[in-house]
Amino acid sequence: MYAITAVVVAAVIVTADWATLQRVFLDPEIAAESFPGIITIAAKNTLIFTVLGFTGGLVLGLFLALMRLSSITPYRWFAATYVEVFRGIPAVVTLLLVGFVLPIALDVRIPGTYGPGSVGLAIVAAAYMAETIRGGIEAVPRGQVEASRSLGMSGPQTTFWIVIPQAFRIMLPPLTNELVLLLKDTALVALVLGSTAATVDIYKFARNEVADTFNGTPLVVAAFVYLLITLPLTYLARWLERRGNQSR
Amino acid sequence: MTAAGPDPDVPAIRIERLHKSFGTLEVLRGIDFQVDAGEVVCVIGPSGSGKSTLLRCVNLLEVPTAGRVLIEGVDITDPECDADAVRTQIGMVFQHFNLFPHLDVLGNLTIAQRRVLKRPKDEAGTVAAEVLARVGLTDKIKEYPARLSGGQQQRVAIARALAMHPDMMLFDEATSALDPELVGEVLDVMRRLASEGMTMMVVTHEMEFARRVADRIVFMDEGVVVEEGPPARVLDDPREERTRTFLSAVAQH
Ligand SMILES: Nc1ncnc2c1ncn2[C@@H]1O[C@H](COP(=O)(O)OP(=O)(O)O)[C@@H](O)[C@H]1O
Ligand SMILES: [Mg+2]
Repeated sequence: MYAITAVVVAAVIVTADWATLQRVFLDPEIAAESFPGIITIAAKNTLIFTVLGFTGGLVLGLFLALMRLSSITPYRWFAATYVEVFRGIPAVVTLLLVGFVLPIALDVRIPGTYGPGSVGLAIVAAAYMAETIRGGIEAVPRGQVEASRSLGMSGPQTTFWIVIPQAFRIMLPPLTNELVLLLKDTALVALVLGSTAATVDIYKFARNEVADTFNGTPLVVAAFVYLLITLPLTYLARWLERRGNQSR
Repeated sequence: MTAAGPDPDVPAIRIERLHKSFGTLEVLRGIDFQVDAGEVVCVIGPSGSGKSTLLRCVNLLEVPTAGRVLIEGVDITDPECDADAVRTQIGMVFQHFNLFPHLDVLGNLTIAQRRVLKRPKDEAGTVAAEVLARVGLTDKIKEYPARLSGGQQQRVAIARALAMHPDMMLFDEATSALDPELVGEVLDVMRRLASEGMTMMVVTHEMEFARRVADRIVFMDEGVVVEEGPPARVLDDPREERTRTFLSAVAQH
């Protein structure tokens, strides 16, 4: 494995046309033109889509997880089907469904400039989070529920005050990973549903710059901005995981 | 159940022809017995004889298959009965403490007071301080359960139950999970509770505790009550062969 990698790297270094590469992908003047817009507009919009999609996905995913654990069979079937369907189809297709099929088929138009994109992302995220949340809830020992019920707390009170807070701690590392996946999926929104000057995200912003300058440098800048956000989150997830393992 | 508290003439716990099965396994096979208000009853018997199941039927953590359970005269096996309301009258202490690890001691002691009894925050806090003092852990109010010893955790669990001002307490092998040197502090708290007049149903393997604290001992085996009576009678002069076998097995340790 390492040998192959080393050969490939060596081949690239020897054969690459470094001057051309730098001109097309690392032109400092063109890179400078991406600023400050890529931060003040594009990164802001990427974060808005991420936060809206994540929050929506968390709420929907929680309901799906509770349905999946319910004693009522139709609830379980519904949740299981939802999870399989939306994990099984590409996010692009889901966004198309929300943005174009839903308005035509059911006359449902999601309002707001961020609306359709966020809802599409939330629908996808919920499918993944539902499974994470279910795993977290099932990991809370039965004795916790029994202690809570024996104090007179009702089933819903027990779920809300005792089970979910503990499940949440267990879920925090995988949820952070899902946040990173979702953040990267935000690039699909503009691609599928289009965007305006106000809602342009990092990826679309870079594509526009590429079209204007006939140069690939803005894409490299975009990649950097994505990493600037995702790397700390990835490390946060890893840290939370390590801390979780220690307290057990 | 009235606000006036327990009526001394009505048994605190009355169990009639109680049966409980898990699938095809019949764990309780017709239990009859009662605990009077202010009485301390210790339930002893071999592992797997159904002691925990019996205790858990008393506060409906397990739903009986047949028979009746009356708490202060109210039939809690009646499907109309509000199980949550009944449970606020019955404190329960578990073998593994089951403190809420995401809440500090104060949170553990106040959550049900606030959510179930709707006590305001400061009143719940006052009650918490009071019951914590009764188990001798006033200085631990801000600690999280993970930072307490097993004995301290179990004392907090007892305080958590007491904070609801229950009419009776159930103990399911409250000291079985503790290191030997921590057993005493928990038994002391239980002994004090008993002397204050608390109605208690105690599943235990601590024969010395049962002898000195119980008003009555019940010996269970294979889902039935084999024999019951005053501690000295059951422990020193058992009438049933099964009781003798069990007691001599326990004495080996
Ligand atoms: N939830 C359950 N499902 C199936 N079997 C159970 C369950 N709870 C207890 N049992 C069985 O019932 C029997 C009595 O258990 P238990 O009441 O815990 O006995 P004890 O407390 O006297 O040791 C055991 O054989 C146990 O395996
Ligand atoms: Mg038991």
